[in-house]
Amino acid sequence: MSRPALDVSALPTIVYGPRATLWWGILGLIAIEGTALAITGVAYLYLRQNFVAWPPEGTPLPALGAATAELAVLVASVIPMAAVDWLARRAQRRLVAIGLGVMVVIGLVSLGLRALQFAGALGCRWDTNAYGSIVWLLLGMHAAHVLASTFENALLMVVLLFRPVERKDFVDAHANAFYWYFIAGIWVPVYALVYLAPRWL
Amino acid sequence: MSAVARTTTPTPAEAAREALDRAALERAWSTPPGLLGWISSANHKEVAKRYIATAFGFFALGGVLAALMRLQLAHPESRLFGPDLYNQMFTMHGSTMMFLFAVPVMEAIGLYVVPLMIGTRNVAFPRMNNFGYWIYLAGGLMVWTAFVLNIGPDTGWFAYVPLSGPGFSPGKRVDVWSQLITFTEIAALVAAVEIVVTTLKMRCPGMSLNRMPLFVWAMLITAFMVIFAMPAIMVASGMLAMDRLVDTHFFNPAEGGDALLWQHLFWFFGHPEVYIIFIPATGFVSTIISTFSRRRIFGYPAMVLALIATGFLGFSLWVHHMFATGLPQLGESFFTAASMMIAIPSGIQVFCWLATLRGGRVVVRAPLLFALGFIALFVLGGLTGVMLAAVPLDLQVHDTYFVVAHFHYVLIGGAIFPLFGAVLFWLPKITGRMPSERLGRWSFWVTFVGFNLTFFPMHLLGLGGMPRRVYTYATNAGWATGNAVASAGAVVLTIGVLLLVTNIVWTLRHGAPAGNDPWGAETLEWATTSPPPAYNFVYLPTVDSQAPLWSTHERVIVTGMRTHVREVLVTEPIDATPDHRHPLDGASIWPFLTAVAATIGIVTALFTPWGVTLGSLLVLVTLTGWFWPRGAPEHELAEDSG
Repeated sequence: MSRPALDVSALPTIVYGPRATLWWGILGLIAIEGTALAITGVAYLYLRQNFVAWPPEGTPLPALGAATAELAVLVASVIPMAAVDWLARRAQRRLVAIGLGVMVVIGLVSLGLRALQFAGALGCRWDTNAYGSIVWLLLGMHAAHVLASTFENALLMVVLLFRPVERKDFVDAHANAFYWYFIAGIWVPVYALVYLAPRWL
Repeated sequence: MSAVARTTTPTPAEAAREALDRAALERAWSTPPGLLGWISSANHKEVAKRYIATAFGFFALGGVLAALMRLQLAHPESRLFGPDLYNQMFTMHGSTMMFLFAVPVMEAIGLYVVPLMIGTRNVAFPRMNNFGYWIYLAGGLMVWTAFVLNIGPDTGWFAYVPLSGPGFSPGKRVDVWSQLITFTEIAALVAAVEIVVTTLKMRCPGMSLNRMPLFVWAMLITAFMVIFAMPAIMVASGMLAMDRLVDTHFFNPAEGGDALLWQHLFWFFGHPEVYIIFIPATGFVSTIISTFSRRRIFGYPAMVLALIATGFLGFSLWVHHMFATGLPQLGESFFTAASMMIAIPSGIQVFCWLATLRGGRVVVRAPLLFALGFIALFVLGGLTGVMLAAVPLDLQVHDTYFVVAHFHYVLIGGAIFPLFGAVLFWLPKITGRMPSERLGRWSFWVTFVGFNLTFFPMHLLGLGGMPRRVYTYATNAGWATGNAVASAGAVVLTIGVLLLVTNIVWTLRHGAPAGNDPWGAETLEWATTSPPPAYNFVYLPTVDSQAPLWSTHERVIVTGMRTHVREVLVTEPIDATPDHRHPLDGASIWPFLTAVAATIGIVTALFTPWGVTLGSLLVLVTLTGWFWPRGAPEHELAEDSG
C-alpha cells in the first residue's frame, strides 16, 4: 500500500497581496511604524497641555504652503504607484522600471518640500521649546520613511534596468507599492496634526 | 479520513525516492562551511541556538551582579561597593535581565521550536532572522563593554527623567542605556515579525488555528504584543537621546516638556513587557503539563481566549506603575480595576492546568516539576500583584522591597521556572541526548528552595520599610536578619542554577541518545529526528487534530515540493489550506554586514548626532549588497516582457 500524500506540485510559486509572505512582512513593518507615529502623535497632544497657547507664544503658526503642496504630491503619488503595482503583476519589466523612476522623482520632490518646512515653514527649531521638539520629530520620522522608500524604489529600478530579472523582483515592486501607500496615507493625519490642529486647538 | 494504521511502510520505490529526496534536501539546505558560513547562516535552528546560548550568557552576567548585590546587602553598613558602582550594578542587572535575557530567550526558543511545531522548514525571512541576532549581540556587547569601562548606565532599568536627563546625568552612561534600547528593540521587532508571519502563513496543511499548539498561540500573541509595545520605548528612548544630544525639550519642564510623559511612554511598553516574558512561559507550561499528563490540555478554547485577553489587558495596566505620581483619582480607579481584571484570565489558565493534571495520567519528570513550581510561585506573585493594584497599599510599599519581591516572584517564578523546565524538555530535541533526570530533580528542588529563601524575606523587608535601590542600610534599621536570610538564599539559588548548567553540559557529553520522541509528546517537533535536519522534515507533515502524534490516523505527507532548492509551503492564515510554494533565501553575509553597519552608526550616535547619518549611509550600502546578488537557484528568472 502506498503512503497517502498531498501533492502540491501544481501550486504557483509567485503570488501577490495577502497571499505572499512578503506582504505580511510589510504589514508588520507598517504596524510597527504606524504605532510609533501614533504614539508620537499622542505625545504631541500630551505636551499641548503644558502650554497656554499652541504654538507657544513667540512661535508662529506653521505656514501651510510647502506642507499642503506635499500633501497634494503624496496623495497624487498613489496613482503612479498603483500603476507600478498593476504592471508588476503583469511582469512588465521596462514599464515597472519607468514607473519606479517616476516614484523616485516624486519621493525627491516630497523630501524637497519637507526641507522647506524644516528650513522655514515651521517657524521654530527643535531646540526652541517642547512644541518645536515634537513637530520636528513628527516630520522627521515621516521623512525618514519617505527617504527609505525612495531609496528602495531607486534600487529596484536599477536592478530591473541592468540586471537579470527574477520573478520575485516583481513581488518586491508590489511590496514597495504597499509600503508607499502607507507612507502617503499616514501623511494625511500627520499633516492634520502638525499644520491644522494648532489652528483649532 | 478513516482510521488506518499509523504508519504505512513505504514501498521499495517510495523508500528509494525518499532517499533521493533526503540527499537533495541535505544539499539544498546545508549551511556553507567555515566561519563565513557560520556567520551567514539562514537556518532558524542554528540562529536560535546561538540566540539561546547568548541569552543565557547574559543571564549569567546579570546573575553575577545579583549575587554581588546580595553579598553587599548581606549585612548592614557594608562598604564592599560604593553607591556609584552599586547604581550601575542594579541598572545593569535589570536592563540585562529584561532586555538581553528574558525577552530574547523567549523569542529565541520560539524561533527554534515554532517552525518545527507547525511543520515547516524555516522561518519566513531567514536572513532577517540572522540580522536580528547580530544586532542583539552587538547591543549586549556594547552595554557590557561600557560597564567594564565604568560608563555603565546608572539610573535604573526604567531610566526615569529628570534623573536620566542631561541636567542630572551628564556623561555617556544614560546614552549607552538609550542605545541599548535601540539595539534590542530592533532585534525584538525582527523576531516578532518573523514569528507572526511564520505562524500565520507557514503552518502545515490541516493545522487550522483551532488545532494550533498552545505554545504557538502563546508565541503569536507575544509577537503581536512586541509589535505594539516596543514602538513606545523606541519613541521614548529616541526622545531621551535627543534631549541629551541635540537639546530637544521633550522631558524638560522649563521649556514645556514633561517628565511624566516619559513614565507614560516607558510603562506603555514596560507593562506589556512583563506579559511578553510571561505569555511564552505559559506556553511552556501548557506543553509540559499536557505531555506529562498524557492528555490534551483541558479547556483549549478557554486557554486561547485567556491568552488573547491577557494580551489585550496587558496594554491597559501601565498606569499602575505610576500611582505615586498624583494622577486624577478616576484614572487611578480605572487602572486598579484593569489590574485586578488580569487575574481573571490568569486564574482561568491556572485552573485549566490543574484540571489537566487532575484528569491525566501524571508522569513526574524534572520538566513537570518546574511547571508545578511555576504554578505555586506564580500564584504567590499574582496575589501580591492584586495587592499592589490597590492604590492605598501601593502608595505604602511603593519603591520598597515588597515590589522587588513581587516582581521576582512573577518573573522568576512565572517565567524562569517554566523556562528551565522548557530547556530540560526540549534539550533532547535540540541536542539529540537525554538530560539527567536526577540532576534535573536536584536542580529543581535546590532552585525552588533557594528562590523562596531569597525573595520571600523581601516581602517582609518591604513592609518593614526597606527601600529598593539602596546600596546599604543602617545597623539599627531592623533589616539585618531578613537581608542575611535573603543573601544566604541567593547562595542556594546560585547552586540550583549551576546544577542546571551542569546538567546541560553533562547531557551534551554523556546523555543517552534521545530518539525522535523521548517524552511521548504530542506535537510535530517530535515527529522528526533529534536534532532535526536543516530542512526539518523530509516530507512536510499534515495534521488532522490538535495532538497529531497521539492521533491513531496516519499522517498524510506533502509531496511535490522541490527538493533541490530551498522551498517552503505557504498556507492560508485561518484554515492552513495549501496556497503556494515559496522559494526561500539561503545563507548570506549581508545580514551580518548590515548589523555591523547599523552598530557603527548607533555607537557613533553616542557621541554625535551625525552617527545617525553615518549609520544610515552605511546601512544603505549594505542593503544594496543584501538585495543585489542574483542567480540563486531558488529564484526563477523572468521572461523579459518589457
